[in-house]
Amino acid sequence: MTDVLNLTLVELVEKIKKKDLSSKEITKAYVERSEKSKKLNTYITEDFKNALKKADNFDNSPDFDKKLPGIPIAVKDLFCTKNLRTTAGSKILENFVPTYESTVTNNIWNEGAILLGKLNCDEFAMGSSNETSFFGNVQSPIGEKLVPGGSSGGSASALAAKLTPTTIGTDTGGSIRQPASFTGTVGLKPTYGSCSRYGIVAFASSLDQAGPMTRDVKDCALLFGVISSYDNKDSTSINFKRKNYLKELSKSMKGKKIGIPKEYRLKDMPKEIEKLWQKGIAIAKDSGAEIVDVSLPNTNYALPTYYIVAPAEASSNLARYDGVKYGFRANGKNLIDMYEKTRSEGFGNEVKRRIMIGTYVLSSGYYDAYYLKAQKVRRLIKNDFDEVYKKVDAILTPSTPSSAFKIGEKTDDPVSMYLNDIFTVPINLAGLPAISIPAGHDEKGYPLGLQIIGKAFDEQNILNIAYSLEQEIKFKNKMNDWWM
Amino acid sequence: MSAKESDYIIKRNKNNYEVVIGLEVHAQVLSNSKLFSTSATKFGAEPNTQVSLVDAAFPGMLPVINELCIKQAVKTGIGLKAKINKRSIFDRKNYFYADLPQGYQISQYKDPIVGEGSVVLDLPTGEKTIGIERLHLEQDAGKSIHDIDPQNTLVDLNRSGVALMEIVSKPDLRSPEEVNAYIKKLRSIMRYLGTCDGNMQEGSLRADVNVSVRKKGEKEFGTRCEIKNVNSIKFMQMAIEYEANRQVDVIEEGGSIDQETRLFDTKKNETRSMRSKEDAHDYRYFPDPDLLPLEIKDDFINDIKKSIPELPDEKKKRFIEKFDLSAYDANILVSDIETSKYFEEVIKNSDVKLSTNWITGELFALLNDKNLEISKSPISAKNLSKLINLIKDGTISGKIAKSVFEIMVTDDKNPVDIVKEKNLKQQSDPKELEKLIDKVVNENPDKVKEYKSGKEKLFGFFVGQAMKASGGKANPQLINDILKNKLK
Repeated sequence: MTDVLNLTLVELVEKIKKKDLSSKEITKAYVERSEKSKKLNTYITEDFKNALKKADNFDNSPDFDKKLPGIPIAVKDLFCTKNLRTTAGSKILENFVPTYESTVTNNIWNEGAILLGKLNCDEFAMGSSNETSFFGNVQSPIGEKLVPGGSSGGSASALAAKLTPTTIGTDTGGSIRQPASFTGTVGLKPTYGSCSRYGIVAFASSLDQAGPMTRDVKDCALLFGVISSYDNKDSTSINFKRKNYLKELSKSMKGKKIGIPKEYRLKDMPKEIEKLWQKGIAIAKDSGAEIVDVSLPNTNYALPTYYIVAPAEASSNLARYDGVKYGFRANGKNLIDMYEKTRSEGFGNEVKRRIMIGTYVLSSGYYDAYYLKAQKVRRLIKNDFDEVYKKVDAILTPSTPSSAFKIGEKTDDPVSMYLNDIFTVPINLAGLPAISIPAGHDEKGYPLGLQIIGKAFDEQNILNIAYSLEQEIKFKNKMNDWWM
Repeated sequence: MSAKESDYIIKRNKNNYEVVIGLEVHAQVLSNSKLFSTSATKFGAEPNTQVSLVDAAFPGMLPVINELCIKQAVKTGIGLKAKINKRSIFDRKNYFYADLPQGYQISQYKDPIVGEGSVVLDLPTGEKTIGIERLHLEQDAGKSIHDIDPQNTLVDLNRSGVALMEIVSKPDLRSPEEVNAYIKKLRSIMRYLGTCDGNMQEGSLRADVNVSVRKKGEKEFGTRCEIKNVNSIKFMQMAIEYEANRQVDVIEEGGSIDQETRLFDTKKNETRSMRSKEDAHDYRYFPDPDLLPLEIKDDFINDIKKSIPELPDEKKKRFIEKFDLSAYDANILVSDIETSKYFEEVIKNSDVKLSTNWITGELFALLNDKNLEISKSPISAKNLSKLINLIKDGTISGKIAKSVFEIMVTDDKNPVDIVKEKNLKQQSDPKELEKLIDKVVNENPDKVKEYKSGKEKLFGFFVGQAMKASGGKANPQLINDILKNKLK
């Protein structure tokens, strides 16, 4: 059985198609391991019984033309799933059961995959350590009391711990790439507009993108090809020709111009991060890439800009959770009292903090100084990338400024928590695609990731570069199943 | 701006006050589905039966613009002779209320779809042009119902997300009468265009009324108060009268006007303060990140321009020029598109002057009496045309025509058949009439004597007797002529 768990998604698909494995065997293996891994707290809602039933159904009448035939997959609990509770990690949606399915998950089921359950995440995807979830923090399989990163912490942890063969997350400022980096997995934040946002609980609409989280780059290419689609239910979805990313995946570093932005070299960045970066650069060079020093001068402003734009949108997006129509309601003397009690009790502290920041930066008298200025800076950040992409094909940076930290280590210091996203946030502001791949370990043996940033809609290119690096790095997670 | 000054003046202690009014009209876009969802918009449906997941703001639901609503807004803009903005932006107006499921209304704030335009009013004093500031698209809210359940407020989301056009006038209106004319004209234009049914009873047309006063001759505007959500022309006029007088009283007593939002109490006929400027909501407008800026192309606008029908102003001009109608009659006939259609149908085969008189006279009286729209007229244009032709060719007299008209009301019967069945054809045979008149003259020798001795008033008596003897069918002109001859 352990063999099944060690197979990649692509390998599982092959085995199923060759009838070496049944959907039931695979699903059972993952359900059993998940049952034994409750200590990690990765699942908010399990759907194991149904999953096993669906696996049986698949085996009884298999369709091997599908891209994910009979593959069990657990997903982040930010995707609305029809008839299965969807909480966004919040008390306010603790008992919310959607009557509809998100487009991204729908795409996955349409390709034959089977839902295992809903994975833990920071409340409304607001967090970098999965410590803000109403359903408790998630532990990383990498080490006890270690955060898996966030907000897609449950997804990263479940993936790394082999509780699901593959998964999907959402990334507003690094919520796929940072946890991928912390758990030694691959995570892709696609170009804004590639994956439909329909049915995904919104955090910051102009930044949110769903993306694959996988064991390796091949899996990532396969899953991205499944979830990316044009959707007329999302006005920001972009209609472009999607490729067969897996089929076109190839090691192609030769002649590629790779940009190294000097602004990503932070003053007090740990040496091991710098070392990791140099290692990546060296491999790229050895594989025939041309390394180009580039400048993204407005990088410094990305984090403050993000922490204006994202909370502003969130403060408005979360206004619908008011106790009137669905979700948690606290009784009140009158409408206002009901609102206040519902939202005070229904939201956690980090969410409240961001709602307050967002409300503040949009309020009259402050709008110009904060929100409007942030929008202008956002444009400058985008322009920086446009300039650099006249000279290079992709940009290589570390994914995070440090490795995973201990649970509770940063919860009292939001700014230090926010600094975790310093390398990932600019990419969301610019709407670009970026992938994080595991590239090494720090002294403690914790994984570290490298980020490859691409031009808009150039996912194939960064997947190819990531694939080349992956082949040379030959990363292996150091994991001892400590929780079992 | 105004061709003639309004004579609506409020006088107090030798001071003359002018009233300055601007309107924000909320007109429901004529569309089968909502602004950002595919739910139906039918009026009067069971509560919460026309609500989609988008309208109820479920998690992860996204707005998708309804292209028809964009077309309708552009069409209305063209009808208002306004600038169409090729790039406009949807913003979120954030506030909490039970009937606002998203916690924000999607509206257009800084960049509306339609810019400046104008509307021409036909006033007794002449024409007056009212400036239009802008027209923007926005979502309607749901409805909170407080009077069904004693403990709870109930919410009906059928209206939630319905498309509204907010049409903002410049502060060019000067009297309740002008407001009446403005709303009617706006409604008329939108009905011609088919962009709003203008039905005020069903809430398809409502207005926020901005009122200020200033001493006649002053250049600066006074501080204004906004009266929210008034849903009939009559109430708008009453609210303005009350509010303007209230403001004048405050000023005359040495006070000053506070900028505030007020409500009109239709039962007490007074406006009451709702919230002051200090309590005004901070709506935290910002561009809706779920929607891209709306960009429309020249072709899109040109195609709509081609579909614009003849509008009331042009129609009026044509009626005056082509049919030699008075401006007054033309105005009445074009003000409502259905009336103009009816009129044009009648005059296809009938005399214009007679048709005009019968439509504006008998028919309007009938419709008014029965409280009916002309589209529901019990007498069809075709049959009215036939009736008019019977008068014109002398088959029946105007008086008989009125009784035929009465009969037509009940079953819209062909007047030709009615005249035949009831034998109402006018007696126009001079020999027959002469016999009849001879009889009347012979039977009243005393009256003849009196008449001949100078009591000319008695002529009417003879006409009446003759008509009576004919059962009302005699041709009155011939009766006159023959009688005059006989009584010489």
